[in-house]
Amino acid sequence: MLNYTIRRLLSVIPVMLVVSIIVFLLVHLTPGNPAFIILGEDASPEAIAQLEEQLGLNEPLYIQFFDWIKQVITGDLGTSVYSAQPVTELIFGNFGPTISLMVLSLLFILIISIPLAILIVSLRKTILDPIFTNASLLGVSIPEFWLAILLVLVFGVTFPIFPVAGYMPLAEGFGPWIYHLLLPAFVLALVEIGIIARMLRDSMLDSVNQDYTKTARAKGVRERDVLMKHVFSNALIPTTTVLGATVAGLLGGTVIIETLFTIPGIGQLLIDSIHRRDYPVIQGVVLFIAAIYVLVNLIVDLLYAFLDPRIRYD
Amino acid sequence: MLEVNNLHVHLDTPAGLVKAVDGVSFRLEAGQTIGIVGESGSGKSVLAHSLTKLNPEPPATYPKGEILFEGENILTMDKKRLRNLRGKEIAMIFQDPMSSLNPVFKIGRQLMEAIQTHQKFSKKEAHQKAIELLIDVGISDPERRMQDYPHQFSGGMRQRVLIAIALAARPKLLIADEPTTALDVTIQAQIIELLKSIQKKYGTSIIMITHDLGVVANLADRILVMYAGKIVESGSTADIFYKTAMPYTWSLLRSIPRLDAGGTERLLHIEGHPPNLIHPPKGCNFHPRCPFARDACLQTDPPLSEHGTNHSAACILSKPEFDKEKQAVAERKGVLLS
Repeated sequence: MLNYTIRRLLSVIPVMLVVSIIVFLLVHLTPGNPAFIILGEDASPEAIAQLEEQLGLNEPLYIQFFDWIKQVITGDLGTSVYSAQPVTELIFGNFGPTISLMVLSLLFILIISIPLAILIVSLRKTILDPIFTNASLLGVSIPEFWLAILLVLVFGVTFPIFPVAGYMPLAEGFGPWIYHLLLPAFVLALVEIGIIARMLRDSMLDSVNQDYTKTARAKGVRERDVLMKHVFSNALIPTTTVLGATVAGLLGGTVIIETLFTIPGIGQLLIDSIHRRDYPVIQGVVLFIAAIYVLVNLIVDLLYAFLDPRIRYD
Repeated sequence: MLEVNNLHVHLDTPAGLVKAVDGVSFRLEAGQTIGIVGESGSGKSVLAHSLTKLNPEPPATYPKGEILFEGENILTMDKKRLRNLRGKEIAMIFQDPMSSLNPVFKIGRQLMEAIQTHQKFSKKEAHQKAIELLIDVGISDPERRMQDYPHQFSGGMRQRVLIAIALAARPKLLIADEPTTALDVTIQAQIIELLKSIQKKYGTSIIMITHDLGVVANLADRILVMYAGKIVESGSTADIFYKTAMPYTWSLLRSIPRLDAGGTERLLHIEGHPPNLIHPPKGCNFHPRCPFARDACLQTDPPLSEHGTNHSAACILSKPEFDKEKQAVAERKGVLLS
């Protein structure tokens, strides 16, 4: 297990290197002069030249990259052109709402989809199975933004139970924090609940007819224990892989949800920075999101090895 | 101890209703070993699974017949009683040891689950018992092996573990569904020897399902030959081998190479395929492939009839007729007569 963990950790280095090259090129290969775009059409040539100097745009591309990567390694993602604040400060200032949203969403996903899948599997011989299956398909098919607007209309306007916008930091108290997050987190979770429940159901149904399940039944083990122990623990393996992609997907989803619910998170920061052509921030946020993505995948891989002994001992 | 009467098992598949077991009856006495022999698709596995109602339902249904275990009908038992029967009274081992153990649990856990399902043992007692069982089935260094996962065992070793699991609650009857099919020949022999020694030691009755007559030859007291969901011949092992009364059994025996024939005999090739059980042939199920078939075989599906003491066969040919014809067919096909 230790070997595997070390190997997996080391493999993060080349991945992050490639990611940083792509993020760097993303900004520098975009057509047009960033200084010109940032300052707008009315900028004087002097101002543009000054900004180019400030951004290091006069240097050859590889020198720019190495300068930038040197900074990144020391934890310095540059300074916002718009607000003159350090990018890292901006990211960490906006990360609280995003991580809150993601964690709460993930909780929704887990506490709804796992029991749902188990319920569907235990009802597999009844008429309810196709109903659930189609319902989860419906859940997967609903566009997030549409559902968000619908839920805001129903629970925010028609029945004003939840606030339709805004965010309260956890420091202000757990109640206000969760009150503002429940609706957006649920919207963010709903699509993924369908995917995970469906995946877990399929994996469990696959496992239900495996030989080892038959062995367990032949031992005289209760059907409930057969499902919960033997079937579930095997079905978790493929589901975990999908769950990793889901968590990564949540990060993308927060961009939309934060905009809709005006939550001041990373997604909002990214959208705002794109509008302002704030290149250092865009670069920093994209790199940060990519790093989170890689981290989540790393955790999933380690979890995978924990769940499946056949991987651990390879 | 076990009495199966006119058992019918149907599988309701999208292609149609498969009569996988079609009116099977037999008896098994305590301490006896029965071999059930047949080719793929003969219904022997479905029959074996029926004995503890392990066929997935759906598609399986049990429209007719009864399975009496010590007088109690297994087919009408409630779930709880059935669970108590499984593993405790009747245990099973399966064909593929590679997939029959749960890949994510340690061997020890799977073994202890079998022990604790039916016996009120503490964890420590169950652990001790598990070690004893592993020693019983010939696994060395059992204490350490308990901590291993199935993928760390070879096929033969896994089958030994599965036998240990089956023996956990000291069952009265052990059903072995092709336990050696997936194993190397040398390992096959070891597993057969192990089953024999278990029977000797504990007096467990065994039902051995196989497609290989060689496997049951020195293990079974009686042999049932199955074809297309029916028993077509049943008798003592000696009767089946030396007083064969049914063309299918006779053909099966002629399709196995023999060491005593000096390597000159030809092997009989049973032509065609096992019948489609959704639309079985008219008359005798075996007639399209039978070297002895005559017109009458298309009309009647012969029931099992006595051919000797405790020896019956489902064929319209009487014993003298069959003996006479055997000679002609053996000559025509160039195979050994006996």
